[in-house]
Parts: sequence; C-alpha cells; structure tokens
Amino acid sequence: MEQIKLEYFGEEFKRLQSLNPDAFLSKVRKEGFETFNNKGLPTHKNEEWKYSGATVSNLFKKEYQLPEDAKHVQVSKDDIDEMRLPGFENANELVFVNGKFIPELSTIRTSQEQLVVMPLEEAENSNYKEIVKENLGKSNIFINDGIHALNTSFIYGGVFIYAVKKQIIENPVYLYHISDARDNHILAQPRSLVFLDERSKLQIVESYKTIGSMDSFTNEVAEVVVNTDAILEYYKIQNDKISASQVATTHVRQIGKSFAHTLVLSLNGGTIRNNTNMIMEAEGNEAHMYGLYLLKGKTHVDNHTLVDNTMPNCFSNELYKGVIDDSATGVFSGKIYVRPDAQKTNAYQSNNNILLSDNASVNSKPQLEIYADDVKCSHGCTVGRLDEEALFYLRARGISKEHAQAMLLQAFASNIVEQIKIEPLREYAEELITARLSEVNMEE
Amino acid sequence: MLSIKNLHASVEGKEILKGINLEVNAGEVHAIMGPNGSGKSTLASVLAGREEYEVTDGSVEFLGKDILELSPEDRAREGLFLAFQYPVEIPGVSTVNFIKTAVNEKRKYHGEEPLDAVSFMKLMKEKMNLVEINKSLLTRSINEGFSGGEKKKNEIFQMAMLEPKLTILDETDSGLDIDALRIVASGVNKLRDENRAIVVITHYQRLLDYLQPDFVHVLLNGKIVKNGTKELALELEEKGYDFIKEEFNPSVVS
Repeated sequence: MEQIKLEYFGEEFKRLQSLNPDAFLSKVRKEGFETFNNKGLPTHKNEEWKYSGATVSNLFKKEYQLPEDAKHVQVSKDDIDEMRLPGFENANELVFVNGKFIPELSTIRTSQEQLVVMPLEEAENSNYKEIVKENLGKSNIFINDGIHALNTSFIYGGVFIYAVKKQIIENPVYLYHISDARDNHILAQPRSLVFLDERSKLQIVESYKTIGSMDSFTNEVAEVVVNTDAILEYYKIQNDKISASQVATTHVRQIGKSFAHTLVLSLNGGTIRNNTNMIMEAEGNEAHMYGLYLLKGKTHVDNHTLVDNTMPNCFSNELYKGVIDDSATGVFSGKIYVRPDAQKTNAYQSNNNILLSDNASVNSKPQLEIYADDVKCSHGCTVGRLDEEALFYLRARGISKEHAQAMLLQAFASNIVEQIKIEPLREYAEELITARLSEVNMEE
Repeated sequence: MLSIKNLHASVEGKEILKGINLEVNAGEVHAIMGPNGSGKSTLASVLAGREEYEVTDGSVEFLGKDILELSPEDRAREGLFLAFQYPVEIPGVSTVNFIKTAVNEKRKYHGEEPLDAVSFMKLMKEKMNLVEINKSLLTRSINEGFSGGEKKKNEIFQMAMLEPKLTILDETDSGLDIDALRIVASGVNKLRDENRAIVVITHYQRLLDYLQPDFVHVLLNGKIVKNGTKELALELEEKGYDFIKEEFNPSVVS
C-alpha cells in the first residue's frame, strides 16, 4: 500500500526559511511547521475530522509539486478569461496561481484611497505592518490541526487586503485560484489576510479552477477581521474537477460590533472541506452563514462551521442545505459556542438535506456548548427524500416528472441562492443550479 | 368518455376497490357518495395515477385510451383533472409559474405553441374572475399559508386554466364554509358544458345542492352498491348511510 509522504515538506520549509530568516513571516511559519510536525495529518479519530480525515490524509499518498515562487508562471490570459466570473467588469480581480498571488495578472479597479491590495511580504514592512503582526495567524488557536498548520508553514506569496475606514467599496473583490496541474500534482496553499476597518464595506468572492489532468489540492486559509460598523460579504463558489480537492478555511473575527454574511456554494470537486468560523469578539455582532451543496458522482463536501460567542448580545443564523445524488457524500458539522460572558446570545442553526439516490449519504452534526444562562439557541436538521406528495401534485397537473423534480429542488435551493447579493453572481449561480437540477434523473 | 370496468385496486396488499363499474358520458355530472373508508378517495387516486395504488384487475378507458398505462402527467394532459381533497403546500414554487408550466406542457403534448406572456396573463385574468380568486394568492408559493377555502378555490382556478374534459372533485366541499362552498360550486358550474363531464366525490349532500348531479352512485366497501338520480342523494342525507349498510352488509350495523 502506498504510504503518506511528508518528508519533502521539510526540505522545502528549510529553503523557504533561509530566504529571509528574520522576517515576521518566518516566525509564523516556524510555529506552523512545529505544529504540523506534532500533529501530522488529521485522521478520523480526530472528532473534527471524523468524516473527512481519512480521505484528506489519503490525498497525501501522492507527492505534490510545491510551487517555489510565481516567477515562472505558465498561466495565460486566456486561462484567466475562462474562469472570470460574471460581474468581473466591475470587480477587483486577484489571480492566484498554485496558491501564489500574482499582481501582474490581477486587476485592481478600486482606488488605493479605498482599498489596499499587496503581497503579504510587502505588507509586513509597510504602514500596515502592525495590522499584519496583530492579526496574521490568529486562526491557529481555533483550528489546531496539521492541515491548517501546513498552510501556515508555507505562508509565502499570500495577499493582504485592507478596506479603508469609512469606505463602501462598490467593486467586489474576486479571487481566482488557479491550479496549473498540467505536468505535476499541485499543492496550492493560498493565504490571505483581510482587514475591514471601521464603517467600511467589502464583498469578496472566491472561485477555483484546475488546469490539466493531474490532481490539485488547495489548502487555503483566509483570515478576515471585521472592525466596528463594517459590513463583510464573503462568497465561495466551488465548481472544479473531480481531480481537484480542497480544504478551505475562512476564519472571520468580528472585533467590533459589525455585520458578516458568508455563503458557500459547492457543485463539483473531489474532496472538499470548508471551515467557516465566526468569532464574535465584540458585543452586538451579527452574522449570517449560508451553504448550498448540490453533489453528484463521488464528490465529498464537508461543511464545518463554528460560531464562537465570547461577548454578549450577538446574533447568528446558519442555514445549510444539500441535495445529494449518486454516491456523493455530504457532512455538516456546526458548533455553537456560548462563553460565560456571552449573555443574550441568539444563535440559530439549521441543516436540511435531500438524498436523491440510495448510495448518497449525509452526516449532520450540530454541537452546542453553552456556558451562559440567558441565551436563545436552536438547531435542527433534516435528511429526507423529495416530497412525494408535492411531486404527485405537480405531475397531476401535467408537469413531467423530471420537470417537477427540478422545480421542487430549485425551490428547495432558492432561499440560499437569493442570499447572494451581487446580482450578476446570483444570476450565474441560478443558472448553474438550474442546469444541475434539471439533469437530475431520479431512480424509480 | 370514462368507462370503468371491474376495477380492483389495493394499497400495501390490502384490497380497497373490489370491482367498480362506472360509465360517464360527456355533459354528465356524477356524484359518488359513501361513508368514510368506502374507497371514494382511492378511486380518485387510482384514476389520477397515484403510484402507491396497485390496480390488480379491470380496466379504465378515458376518451378511448387505456389510461392505466399512462403516467399521471399524461393523464392530466389527456384532459383528466383531479381536484385534491388536501391540496399540497409547496414553498418556493410560485403559483403563477406552476400554472404557466402546466398549461404549456399540456399545449406541447397536443402539438401547440406555448402561450406567450400576454396571452397567458389574459387567460389568467379571465379565469380569476370566474372563480373569484384574489390575484395576491397567485403570486405566492403554491398553497403556502392558504386557508382551507383558498386552497379549494385554487384547485378550481387550476381546473379553469387547464380546461379538462373530465374533472374529479375529491371531497372538494370538506372544510369549506358556506360562502366558499357557494363560490367553488358556482366556479364549477360555469365550466360545465356538453363536452365536459364531472365526477363529484363527496360525503355530504350540500355540494350537490349547488351542482345538481345527473346520477348518484353509492360506494360501499369498494363496490358501487346503488345507482340513482339526485333523489338518492337526498334520501342518503335524510336517512344516513346505515340503511344502505343494512341492505348490503347487515353484519356491519348491529
């Protein structure tokens, strides 16, 4: 049997550290690599990785090419054009190739007075160095596993995004993650630090594309900090090949009374693990977290959420929905943590699933840990088949079975899709979903 | 138009219909009455094509076609309409979109072009007046949060839009107050003509006061045990079902 190979990470780590040993980033990487060596890759014995640990670890039986730097990028303008998302004309488009931010391929449309975008290495020595030192790596405390540490071990070529105080940024930020797997299996580890200063508003959209027939593994960490009265919208569209797997962590800290809105749409890919964390560090925060996964084939999608209420009067609402076909698998694991000081917390969570085939499966696991006494928390999950009564009702009016199924599934998905506030992107998502759901052919 | 011969049907292995015979011609209104559990709604479900019912014997011809071979959607497209006893609530699917899809799938089946938006709106307006249904209901999700009366009105509205040859009203009167009953009945009456037939399945006389059926059949234990005219319905209303039960199955009533 093939073994999991990790030795080559050590060599690459040494090389990276030798470049600029005294830099702040080197210290962060060093801590990351120590954790990685201690923890190793997650297994199913780790409760947080019960349903995905084995699959993800197995992906490391192959040796990946670790991208050294962005110097010899082979990605062309055409490759980028192919993955541009609707609304790109008005977007700030940031291109990552094999996990590295490539300024030359990126287009920034918002002025520097409103939005600052620069490589992390540059940010470390810029006017924003305090923000970087204060905030980079804060997610390590919450996600204390080897995969996360692996990203931290190789922070290089990441991006720093800063929304300036009082700026409502009209142009969303689109992050295109391209894995160039034409010659080798690729491990891409994008890292970003996003800071929304007071009273700013920023919309971020991420999407992923693998070029070539080899495998890609994207191990991404985005740390997002939301200051007082700022508004964050964060969208992720996962629609890559079956040979493309990823662990995508979005770690949001609401450090002042602010508003956050996240949505993950998963359609295609190999093994996908999403960590979406919302850390309520100030009183009166509000967060809305949505997810929609429409799975077929052998795709595995594991949505892991955490809402950590550390201060009073925070509100959070999570709604995740899934339609699972063929032998695809879904996981929803939602943790709500209410710490002793977090009185008057309102935290709601709901996960609904429709299984379309006998081989499809889903595991849904709500976890509420409440250490305050004056709170309102609820959770609920459902797993079922399409409503036969509703299906018959539509058919009894002359609507074909296939069309009736698509109508019902679309209705099921609709209250998630309508949470995409960027109009061209919402229309695009609707098209993708319509196409997906009308190809569904249920077993008799 | 509809010819049911020796129809036997069972659900989960239990025989519910035990040899139904019924002939319905164009222009006629038939009432099927009977106590709870006699098989009335099963008959409606079997005709509409509900899959959990298994036809074990007999035949059903509709406009010369063996409809037992057809899917529920094809039966509907051929001109059969079942007004549900319990119309289903479907959140997220707008009523207008649903009816438009239904109308156009039927047109497509008959080789006709789909209705454009203008013609469809015109048709809808006309039929809305006919059944006195409020437009605001139609912009909402199908039956979601509708009152009992609104749901039944919506059934009759769909019937008006689809212009079926044969309508089966499955206990459409249940749960209706007197005003809603009057509106629903007058909607049905407006759609009556010599080319269409209606089968009214009901427990009570009150809907029949408005609809004035040509024939009344009494269903008991999965069989039609008595045929008559509207006077039979009045007799049932007066005496209850016991006199029929005594006549045909004395052991049921002690």
